Amino acid sequence: MPPMHALSQPALWPLSAIVFLPALVAALLSLPIIPKAREEFIRWVALATTAVVFAISLWMAVPGLFGAIGPAQFQVGEAGMQGIVKLPWIEPFGIEYLLGVDGISMPLVVLTTFLSMLAAAASWPITKHVKAYFVLFLLLETGMLGVFVSLDFFLFYVFWEVMLLPMYFLIGIWGGPRREYAAIKFFLYTLLGSVLMLLAILMLYFASDLRSLSDEQLLAAHVVSPAIAAAPREAAIAAIRANDAPIHTFNLLALAQIGQSANSPFAASKVWGMSLEMWAFLLLLIGFVIKVPVVPVHTWLPDAHVEAPTPISMILAGVLLKLGGYGILRICYPVCPGAGLSLAWLVCGLGVVSMVYGAFAALAQKDFKRMVAYSSVSHMGYVMLGIGVWSAVAGQEYRWDAWAQGVNGAMFQMLAHGISSAGMFFMVGVLYDRVHHRNLNEFGGIFNRMPVYSGLAIAVFFAGLGLPGLCGFIGEVLVTLSSWNYSRVLAVISAFTVILTASYILWAIQRVYLGAEYKGPHGEALTPITPRELSIAAPLVFLAIVFGVAPQLLFNYVTPTVNRQVETLADWTRRHDQSAGSVVAIVPAVTRNEVDASGESRE
Amino acid sequence: MNLGTLITASLNDTLNVSLPLFRPELCLATTVVLLLLCRIAPLFRRLNSATVALGGVSFALWFAWCDLRGLPGSPWLPTATAVGETLSTRPELFTGLLVYDSLTAYVRFILTGFLVLYILFTQASGIPDREDGADFYSLVLGAALGMCLMASANHLLMLFMAVEMASVPCYALAGFLKGRKASSEAAIKYAVYGAGAAGVMLYGVSLLAGVLGTCHFPSMSLELARITNAGVDSGSIMVLSLGGLMVAVGLAFKLSAVPFHFWCPDVFAGAAAEVGAFLSVASKAAAVALLLRVAYGLGVPVLAAGAEGSLESTRAIAALAETRHFIVYVIGMMAALTCTLGNLAAYGQTNIKRLLAYSTIAHAGYLMMAVAAAVAMVGVSPAGARSAVSAVAFYLGTYVFMNLGAFAIVAMLRNKLRSEEISSYAGLVYSSPGIVIAMAVVLVSLIGLPPLAGFIAKFLVFSSLVEAITASAERPLMLVLLVVGGLNTVISLFYYLRVLKVMTFDPPPSDLVGESVSLVSLPGAVVAALVVPVVVLGLFWSGLYACAQLAGAFSS
Repeated sequence: MPPMHALSQPALWPLSAIVFLPALVAALLSLPIIPKAREEFIRWVALATTAVVFAISLWMAVPGLFGAIGPAQFQVGEAGMQGIVKLPWIEPFGIEYLLGVDGISMPLVVLTTFLSMLAAAASWPITKHVKAYFVLFLLLETGMLGVFVSLDFFLFYVFWEVMLLPMYFLIGIWGGPRREYAAIKFFLYTLLGSVLMLLAILMLYFASDLRSLSDEQLLAAHVVSPAIAAAPREAAIAAIRANDAPIHTFNLLALAQIGQSANSPFAASKVWGMSLEMWAFLLLLIGFVIKVPVVPVHTWLPDAHVEAPTPISMILAGVLLKLGGYGILRICYPVCPGAGLSLAWLVCGLGVVSMVYGAFAALAQKDFKRMVAYSSVSHMGYVMLGIGVWSAVAGQEYRWDAWAQGVNGAMFQMLAHGISSAGMFFMVGVLYDRVHHRNLNEFGGIFNRMPVYSGLAIAVFFAGLGLPGLCGFIGEVLVTLSSWNYSRVLAVISAFTVILTASYILWAIQRVYLGAEYKGPHGEALTPITPRELSIAAPLVFLAIVFGVAPQLLFNYVTPTVNRQVETLADWTRRHDQSAGSVVAIVPAVTRNEVDASGESRE
Repeated sequence: MNLGTLITASLNDTLNVSLPLFRPELCLATTVVLLLLCRIAPLFRRLNSATVALGGVSFALWFAWCDLRGLPGSPWLPTATAVGETLSTRPELFTGLLVYDSLTAYVRFILTGFLVLYILFTQASGIPDREDGADFYSLVLGAALGMCLMASANHLLMLFMAVEMASVPCYALAGFLKGRKASSEAAIKYAVYGAGAAGVMLYGVSLLAGVLGTCHFPSMSLELARITNAGVDSGSIMVLSLGGLMVAVGLAFKLSAVPFHFWCPDVFAGAAAEVGAFLSVASKAAAVALLLRVAYGLGVPVLAAGAEGSLESTRAIAALAETRHFIVYVIGMMAALTCTLGNLAAYGQTNIKRLLAYSTIAHAGYLMMAVAAAVAMVGVSPAGARSAVSAVAFYLGTYVFMNLGAFAIVAMLRNKLRSEEISSYAGLVYSSPGIVIAMAVVLVSLIGLPPLAGFIAKFLVFSSLVEAITASAERPLMLVLLVVGGLNTVISLFYYLRVLKVMTFDPPPSDLVGESVSLVSLPGAVVAALVVPVVVLGLFWSGLYACAQLAGAFSS
């Protein structure tokens, strides 16, 4: 039994409720006592559950929103991990039920709960096997939220995999005509990535040793909870020190501390001529970029997005893609900084390639939904580029602000894309529900028939385009600006991609919404937007405008944590370069030219 | 020493040392006799043979549990002992033919526990019927007795006898569906193949015994170490390797490892699903335990108590490095082949029993990977070797539920649908969602996805491989095994998911025969009892892992 102080951790119940309430309701709904025929009841229960989860996450994220401020709530502006929940789980392996949120994960948690609520509301047109649908939907929500809040690598992996099976069935049963192909393709790509990730997890686990950390680091990483009384704390640290065999750990914070230490065991041991750090980084990166997705492992995405039902497309684009970016930011870079530094070109290069490729592919699509899917590939490329501009640090006298600008931009882009892409998929779904086709060339004149819907849709598409004043603009511009310091070529390319983005989105708007008259099939079905649809679309449009006008609403959360992580890693880079014997760069101009030259040669 | 003292000594050994540690086997043997009496004596004929078998097996389970619980280091002991502590002595039973250690205790516990579940399941599924019950259960318990002996064999003679004792009843079981051509064919194939493998193994046994001059495993390893130190001539090495490989053939047959797996799909397809369940779980568990016994018996010298860490013990372990290298490569290569071939061949199957047969073969591959890792780490990292054996033990524990669950569902569906073709499961989710969920849990667990027990088992196997790599024990082979294991997990996704796909995505046939299968029934309850642990052990696996750790401590 866990000791009493463990059960009185302030964030235990709120965070656990956020993660497990959907699964609990899913388990209750799956019981045979709930008759299948009561579809309306099941829909409302699921919607209420997602709404409650959203309310709890909002209560945590915005202190003072619902009255008095408690200890479990998020302190905006605080950089470190908050709301730590720490319970022992599998002691022989040191696996813990370790949860926590910081400025990177908290906004993503709220985004997830918010989009899940909207997607549950968008699921009303689902009429096939309603009960099974919502059970799987709620399980999916548990998986997604669990990934964002877990700080134990094993727990992270478990949640990561828990998402797969519900998603497989959600696409495979409720999807479009080619659903089986799309579902197995999605499953296969992601499982390949996660098996590689499992190998990396095991490598890091067996190379780690908690004894190499200082007392302060052990406390900071919550290996020994700083919340307990001094005497047992001392005893726990002494017990770690007294051990004569290495103590391995799955604790992500501790792994990051070990990875960033001066004599990191990850950098020291070699496998097949490459350092373990490099292997782990690459394996994890493959696992994560499959989810992002990045060219050339993106091909599951158009199929899965197109075949999935509208609410699931919203979840896929809005949340699942963010898991990849989150993983790179939370795990790859802090745990394997050396590999991150030397492979910055790879991450940036992949980002730019998918940015351009996705945009061109979107331009070529005739299927409305497929076009939106490829726009996701293109937009997530900005996230990769923003996260990856590491070498900006090395060439700039270890000034971390240029990189921090990129990572902040990437974080903002992830959140903004979560809103705009979910909105775009929903808008496509509204049309598809009426006319049952998505052929861009057969649309036209929708504005005349559905003016309110078209106005909202155009606003959402402009947000995706990155029009100033809407949420898509901020992230793209920050990423492009920061990449200038890394490589001017990449910066120029990413700036020009905005033109491509504008062309495919404007062209699509022109073909779908403008024009004199709708001539395609099922024209009689083009009824005005329903109140239910309006209540899903309006919040998305509202947020797209709010975050475009007042980005600091998000930056207040994101920046402190991102800046601290980037600063720590920039500091690590300085130490790394010094210990490697290289002269600290005094002449940034020369170094910058070198970087540019190498950037050019890659293009 | 005159004859009198000899008799007294052996009586003393048998009555006071051996028999008290032999209680589960005694229970099984007694039950077999009782079952045979049921067939003969008119008084007993009224008794339901399943009840008799269940009673006897329950006693065996209780004794096995008492033995396991009483091991040093077990969390159920009143006085706390450290994890990894072992029996201070390594009691040898019946003048060295058997050995009692934590592996014996663990495997016996798994086997008897499996038997209890198995008898309940066969009662719910209807094969055997009441008339044949006595025959069926006496065969099953007889084979299980042989399997217990396999797990505790300490002597080449015992190795052979135990394998035969486990195999011969299985041949009869394979042909148990009397009058069915496929079933008889399966039995014949199995028996012929088994006889061939047994002959080869016996020849290997005689070669080993001839060169080393003894059949007793600990003496064999000491002798091996001695002649290695003395400088062995190439002729003897040749004979020893040949003997080792021939014994490996017999073990590979029991494990259904490639290239000695050909009997497995045919026997599974021909025999009843109930028999398949027995072969794939119990037989496999015993074969893996025996593999560990042989690999450790030949590759690891057994040291006198208290000699651990001494110069002498280090030297003895080092002397056998070559032997272990050989053993690790044989097992490791076979594991990689078995795993890959099993998974690839499963892809094209249309019959669920054949598919499960190939899945069994693939899982034997994963198990052998961990065995290879364990032997590789013996001299390098004893803690790592212990955790690798624990991984094997844990895998066996979860495998009981996963595979017995899968076969139980297949048997239940056979009773309702009168078919074992995968295509006949089309759209089953519409009529019986409960059974489809149960099947999904079992199959996903066999793929190895969290949060189910199969994932933990696979996680432990992979982690023992990574641990071996970190400890630089047979690094190239372990890396290859790790990559092969990872890729195989991805490949296996296809065919397990295909079953689920047919059950859920495909429309049900228009002429749906048979009524819906509800989980609220006796067979449903049995399925639930097998499937729920798969979920529970995936989330809270500390308890089973503690038992597995006990088993892991067997060698050191």
